[in-house]
Amino acid sequence: MKGRVLVVDDDTALAEMLGIVLRGEGFEPSFVADGDKALAAFREAKPDLVLLDLMLPGRDGIEVCRLIRAESGVPIVMLTAKSDTVDVVVGLESGADDYIVKPFKPKELVARIRARLRRSEEPAPEQLAIGDLVIDVAGHSVKRDGQSIALTPLEFDLLVALARKPWQVFTREVLLEQVWGYRHAADTRLVNVHVQRLRSKVERDPERPEIVVTVRGVGYKAGPS
Amino acid sequence: MSRDSSSPAPGEPGARPGRTVRPPRRSARFGALVDSGLMLQGGVQGSSPLLRLFTRWVRRPLLPMMRLWRRNIQLKVVVTTLLMSLGVVLLLGFVVMSSVSNGLLKAKVNAAQSQADGGFRAAQEQANSAHQPAAQGGDAADGPTAQNAAVWLSELAEQLASGGQNAFYVVTLSSNASDSGSVRGPRASGGVDPIQSVPVDLRERVDGGSLAYQSNTRIDFIDHRESQPGLVIGKQLSDLNGDSYQLYYLFPLTQEEESMNLVRGTLATAGLFVVVLLGAIAWLVVRQVVTPVRMAAGIAERLSAGRLQERMKVTGEDDIARLGEAFNKMASNLQLKIQQLEELSRMQRRFVSDVSHELRTPLTTVRMAADVIHEARVDFDPVTARSAELLADQLDRFESLLADLLEISRFDAGAAALEAEPIDLREVVRRVVGGAEPLAERKGTHIRIVGDQQPVVAEADARRVERVLRNLVVNAVEHGDGKDVVVRLAAAGGAVAVAVRDYGVGLKPGEATRVFSRFWRADPARARTTGGTGLGLSIALEDARLHGGWLQAWGEPGGGSQFRLTLPRTADEPLRGSPIPLEPDDSRRHRGLNGAGLPLGGGTKRATVPHQAPPDRVPPPVPAKAPIAPRLARAAALDVDPTALPGSGARVVPRQGWEESGADTAAGAGPEARAGAEALAKDAPAAAGAAAERDAQAETDAPAQTDGPAGAEASEGAEDSAGAEASAGAEDPAGAENRAGAEDPVRRDAVVGREEGASRGR
Repeated sequence: MKGRVLVVDDDTALAEMLGIVLRGEGFEPSFVADGDKALAAFREAKPDLVLLDLMLPGRDGIEVCRLIRAESGVPIVMLTAKSDTVDVVVGLESGADDYIVKPFKPKELVARIRARLRRSEEPAPEQLAIGDLVIDVAGHSVKRDGQSIALTPLEFDLLVALARKPWQVFTREVLLEQVWGYRHAADTRLVNVHVQRLRSKVERDPERPEIVVTVRGVGYKAGPS
Repeated sequence: MSRDSSSPAPGEPGARPGRTVRPPRRSARFGALVDSGLMLQGGVQGSSPLLRLFTRWVRRPLLPMMRLWRRNIQLKVVVTTLLMSLGVVLLLGFVVMSSVSNGLLKAKVNAAQSQADGGFRAAQEQANSAHQPAAQGGDAADGPTAQNAAVWLSELAEQLASGGQNAFYVVTLSSNASDSGSVRGPRASGGVDPIQSVPVDLRERVDGGSLAYQSNTRIDFIDHRESQPGLVIGKQLSDLNGDSYQLYYLFPLTQEEESMNLVRGTLATAGLFVVVLLGAIAWLVVRQVVTPVRMAAGIAERLSAGRLQERMKVTGEDDIARLGEAFNKMASNLQLKIQQLEELSRMQRRFVSDVSHELRTPLTTVRMAADVIHEARVDFDPVTARSAELLADQLDRFESLLADLLEISRFDAGAAALEAEPIDLREVVRRVVGGAEPLAERKGTHIRIVGDQQPVVAEADARRVERVLRNLVVNAVEHGDGKDVVVRLAAAGGAVAVAVRDYGVGLKPGEATRVFSRFWRADPARARTTGGTGLGLSIALEDARLHGGWLQAWGEPGGGSQFRLTLPRTADEPLRGSPIPLEPDDSRRHRGLNGAGLPLGGGTKRATVPHQAPPDRVPPPVPAKAPIAPRLARAAALDVDPTALPGSGARVVPRQGWEESGADTAAGAGPEARAGAEALAKDAPAAAGAAAERDAQAETDAPAQTDGPAGAEASEGAEDSAGAEASAGAEDPAGAENRAGAEDPVRRDAVVGREEGASRGR
């Protein structure tokens, strides 16, 4: 398993502790403590996953997240001390795939990192259609009228999960389990925010979604193909 | 007169706020108009349906006008001014007209009378002078004499009339109506119709021998000239034969009438002008007053809608300007206060957020370090290994306590936000029950779900509702003494409810209101063994409040307890009732048993459960969407009593082998945690035998089980009054009054509180 993890955190004690834990689990951690240097470190380290503290000196975590997301779809897991909805949602909207609230247990952290890394196992060749989108699962691409749409791996997984069973309505909990790999429902805000982000990319009119349809009171389903 | 139901009185609940403009009572000035309005409004009582239909039909087009009348003070004032000035002008016109006409007529009458007097005298003299020669030639026959008299009369009339140049007419009538057909018939000058022009009653009066006149008569003509208003003066005279006849002077009043018409016309025009001008003036004047008032009303509305920078425009120094200034002052004071409060809230939120971050980051490191140590404990010597156990264990507790404290302060700062969406409570309940199953199995409890055949959907925050229910269910299992726990769901009206019933130790009287207090414990002695932060139910209550819902407790000693969560079906709907009664059907009272489990009416009166108001009569405890009451600093300070801390979050935290050793290893984890850890460590060896059992215990908060006499009040005011009593041992009279009929239990509680305080002192 690939295991390069970039830890962006200004708290040296925590960073060191994270390093101990990650090494113990077989990852290769690298560290950066300053928001301004985070992007350079990211380019240099080419990590498979970024652990990003939201409160950083220099550029704050949200900004760093946005910059990384602008040039890469690498999974980003936010470390946040705030569980307020606004903070979480802002973090997720800036491009993070997942978040974990401090204080967390090492096992919890490792489970989430594994869940984010696991998805890149080789998928079988598969073509899916949802609405007017064509999804090439193995080629990891989504096209509308031959134009490809850039999605992050997580958004891609979300879309594929919905498109594989267009007849089924997915509750947020089910999506959490299938896409994020959580056994226990963590936080459905994750799903909400990512569905919004996915819609903003794949829908013709995100205000009136046709690809990812909300089923009020239940969850989401793929639109008619 | 009765009003119909569609038009509620101003004070009635149905009245819209906007309709307060309506006059509170009918004032005499508007009497007539409002009366007619009410007649239309009220319909006709006791009349046939047809008539009522008709009234309604007439009323409908008038309704907008009536509304305008009720709501528009300008219209009211203008209409009233118009009506009143019209009345004044009419009265004035009447007085002027009558005085003018009196004056004119009087002058005319005087002139006419002197003229007529002259005429009468002349006629009498002529008659006398003609009478003498006739008497001297007494041999004259009767016939020619009569002829003479007739001719003489005609001549007299003509002669008298000729002096007047149409200023008057002369009429002679014989005093005896019987011989009117003869030569002595009526004669008149100027073509006047003698019979028509002289009123009969005047002739009768003249017959009586007096001089008489009458003013308002009309002079008719035999040719077809128009009749004229006239004044008639008549007198009985004797002719040359000594026979009496009546001589009338008729004066036309045409000129006078013309003058009167002129005056009347002028007055009417002037009056009309005055009325219209007064109306216009009233309109202008009222506008001057009403415009600022309307502006103030509009701005007040905008202010209350949150646009705090709205101000009135102030010009001049008059009363209106003063109103504006006062209004603006009020607005800026309000704005200042609101801004201060917002600032305070923002600061507190910021503080909580900062504390949260500052505490959590090192705690994360500690947590991870502890876990690494804990993982490696098999390689340690027993003492160190046990220390690692305790460290990890107490860190859990510290974490959940921190989380709860932060959650509570988030509520206190008003920073908690509701993310409501339609959820099926059955799902939530199943999840919660599923999560509590392991704990229930260890306790030997079976959790039953009742009422889940149909969807129970409400707009709610799933995360918060789940937290509340998890708390209630875990509490019920914890305190259920291994007996069944029943989770009941129901939906009715605009509300959904979940009630969690257990059959454990129950609640003592008065405790139903206190279980929601922060850091409150039913039994101080149990506090060391059962977990819980003591904040779980407080948070649950805040969660319920945030939904505009209720969280209430009921219980009886030894009979178990029931906690009921009621939520409105839609987020902004106020709650009116709950689909589930707070006191369950299988309560001792409902089964007719007393506190000792004996049938009621037995000798053990003292043990009976205090009287409880039936749940449906109990006032709703939480005003829907009530702002979270600011908590007194004193109460808060008392609440956060470190000695009350031992206990952990509402989570199931099984740990093996914690009885191995006992030492304080919670260094660096804060004084509270250390105190708690010490307490537990001291307990551990003492209760070694019970360790296995404790091992099996899930840690929950607020071990609260007792009977509540006024269970429905549970959520409101419990915090400050009850909390203060419990920790300070002070009796709060207000709190005691709140719980009607619960005076004694409260006292007892206070004593308990004091003892608790004393033991803490030691």
